[in-house]
Amino acid sequence: MTGRTPWLLLAPSTVLLALLFGWPLAQGVLAAFQDGSGFTLAHWQRLFTDPYFGQALRNTVLLIVIVVPIQLVLAVGMTLLIQAKPRFAGVHFYLWAIPLAISDLAAGLVWLTVFADRGYLNSLLITLGLSEHGIAWLSYDSPGTMLFAVVVAEVWRATSMVFVIVVAGVQMLPPDYDEAAQVFGATAWQRLWHVTLPLLRPSLQVALILRTILALQAFAVAQALTGRDFPLLVGETYQWHVTLQNPSVASAVALVVLALSLGTAVLYLRALRQPAGGGAR
Amino acid sequence: MAGFSRRSLLRGVLATGAGAAAAPLLGGCVGFATSGTSGLTFLSTQFTPVEEAERFRSLLRRSFDAEVGYVTSDPGQFTTQVRSQVEAGNVRVALLGGLHGDLAPLAPDCLTDLTDLVADFSALGWPPEYLELAKAGTDRTWYVPWAQASYLLAAHVDALAHLPSGADPEDLSYEQFLDWAVNARRANGNRPMLGLPGGPKGLLHRFLQGYLLPSFTGGQITTFNSPEAVTAWEYLRELWRNCAPASTNYDFMQDPLEAGEVRFAWDHVARLVNVPKREPDRWRMLPAPRGPKGRGYMAVLTGLAIPKGAPHQDQARRLIATLSKAQTQIELLRANAFFPTVRTPIPADLPPAIRLEAAAVAKQRQLPGALLSLPPVGLGSREGELGKAFRDCFQSIVLGGADTRSTVDRQTGVLAKVLAEAKVPCWAPDPRGDGVCEVG
Repeated sequence: MTGRTPWLLLAPSTVLLALLFGWPLAQGVLAAFQDGSGFTLAHWQRLFTDPYFGQALRNTVLLIVIVVPIQLVLAVGMTLLIQAKPRFAGVHFYLWAIPLAISDLAAGLVWLTVFADRGYLNSLLITLGLSEHGIAWLSYDSPGTMLFAVVVAEVWRATSMVFVIVVAGVQMLPPDYDEAAQVFGATAWQRLWHVTLPLLRPSLQVALILRTILALQAFAVAQALTGRDFPLLVGETYQWHVTLQNPSVASAVALVVLALSLGTAVLYLRALRQPAGGGAR
Repeated sequence: MAGFSRRSLLRGVLATGAGAAAAPLLGGCVGFATSGTSGLTFLSTQFTPVEEAERFRSLLRRSFDAEVGYVTSDPGQFTTQVRSQVEAGNVRVALLGGLHGDLAPLAPDCLTDLTDLVADFSALGWPPEYLELAKAGTDRTWYVPWAQASYLLAAHVDALAHLPSGADPEDLSYEQFLDWAVNARRANGNRPMLGLPGGPKGLLHRFLQGYLLPSFTGGQITTFNSPEAVTAWEYLRELWRNCAPASTNYDFMQDPLEAGEVRFAWDHVARLVNVPKREPDRWRMLPAPRGPKGRGYMAVLTGLAIPKGAPHQDQARRLIATLSKAQTQIELLRANAFFPTVRTPIPADLPPAIRLEAAAVAKQRQLPGALLSLPPVGLGSREGELGKAFRDCFQSIVLGGADTRSTVDRQTGVLAKVLAEAKVPCWAPDPRGDGVCEVG
């Protein structure tokens, strides 16, 4: 093993990444600030005056703020249930992991059949006599119910990912700490709060960062459920690039998404840092 | 694991890894869905629904002697695909079919000049305004007119019962149309019966560009910020209150009409054709209403083009000739409800839905005050942004309740910028001047 070997081993993937990601990334950033004649901020101006942009930004942030905490709590709860070794634990695990295998768009379409004006939910409400004509869940003039539908679909679709990461994290924990806490007479709640969760910090960090970045990229579900009535940032990128054939403004939106992703990732990394020198390893 | 050191394993992994990494770079990665045929590839933005595509494929098999692979694509991807193939000098597509708005942006860089072909078939009787469109603002012809379509109102007899007294459904004014929507809503327990295609793939912007605004203002672009345009938007706000709220999600009006969610609606003929299939005698197809400045209506034109440097050019030209025959165009009308562009009588034995539509389309064109609009011409890839200005006006004024005048003024700025970049002359119904088209 000479000093060059590691670099040689890394070279193929580095070259490939540079070609497939680095170069398009540079192009994308440049596209947002350039037009035919050189540097310009016109694309940004166009973006910020667009009636959809403000809504899309607001909806995306709202979705993250609502969905990610719900998913985290649900995933930890599901993990504890699996850890309690109920009967058929394997079956539960597989059932909960099913949404992992379903594409975003398919999940959106499934929930569309539930929430549509003549969907399953309204049929149920009418059958039970709770409503005369059903509720227009996805109507453009009731943003509350629209947000609710998108949140439900997103939670259903993406909780399993957080769950799988947390389960993996819990199974790596040495059991001695928990047993020691039990010996000292800690309640289940105290053990969760003071033993399990602090030890889970690295897994939670990974789960939160991944989930938030992916939530920033959520778009297919909202697109399937509400069309353009509930715009999201990545949906706007698609709209500008494909429908409006304006790659420059699309790049500008994508850069906004990038900035948000980086910002939240840094925030999590700082907030969930291991206490210096502490943290039993 | 004797004789199988970690070193040799790594070396093996490295070799296969490098090979796997190079494979997509070296392989013929053209990003193109072949349809498993050895013959011509015909890439098109038209007839994307599966049934329509199948009917068109069988039409091709019946009327053309060579094998044709008919591949459909989204308009956005279509442009990218053709452009990248031509720029890479590796064109796999022999023939393109698309809307005027799909093909015009590709001229002149990516299309073959077809001026001679159009001159050969001049006896077929294409309308001169279509041949003008096919030039995409230049002096050469870049595509051959193929089929045309328009937009109509479809109404169930249940809805017709609520027409305001004395109104002729074949010759409504926009005021009567609004009264009709109001009556229908009241009679239906306050639930609107009218629907408009305002979904993400719906064609509502065509209603604004070709029907509502020309009928109120007499123009599409030049009158965009006129006081009459403000009146038109105020009218639409009133009409929208009597539209099914789910209209913002309707892409193809035939689905909600068929499901009974709405009982009358405006849409593209190809997106209404399935409505009267089940009970043809209970449905009517009606021309669009007329406004103070006339009966604005829009004609949609599709064309056939050959990419620059395409394979099998002779065969592609023969296929264009076949598709331009009156008989083939009638077959297409029978199959997919797109009307012929060549001069030919419409036979009497067509399916009921198409007969209803043919009569209404003809009536819409012939009634007094008819005012033809075209989808934007020569704007190339800016066309989406032009349509967006109309859609955003709708979004802000009608859905968002914003002030009409200031919204129109703001979108006028967007429109002006798009037009300034495009530098194209105006198109119908705006007067085609010598200069560049601009608002006001």
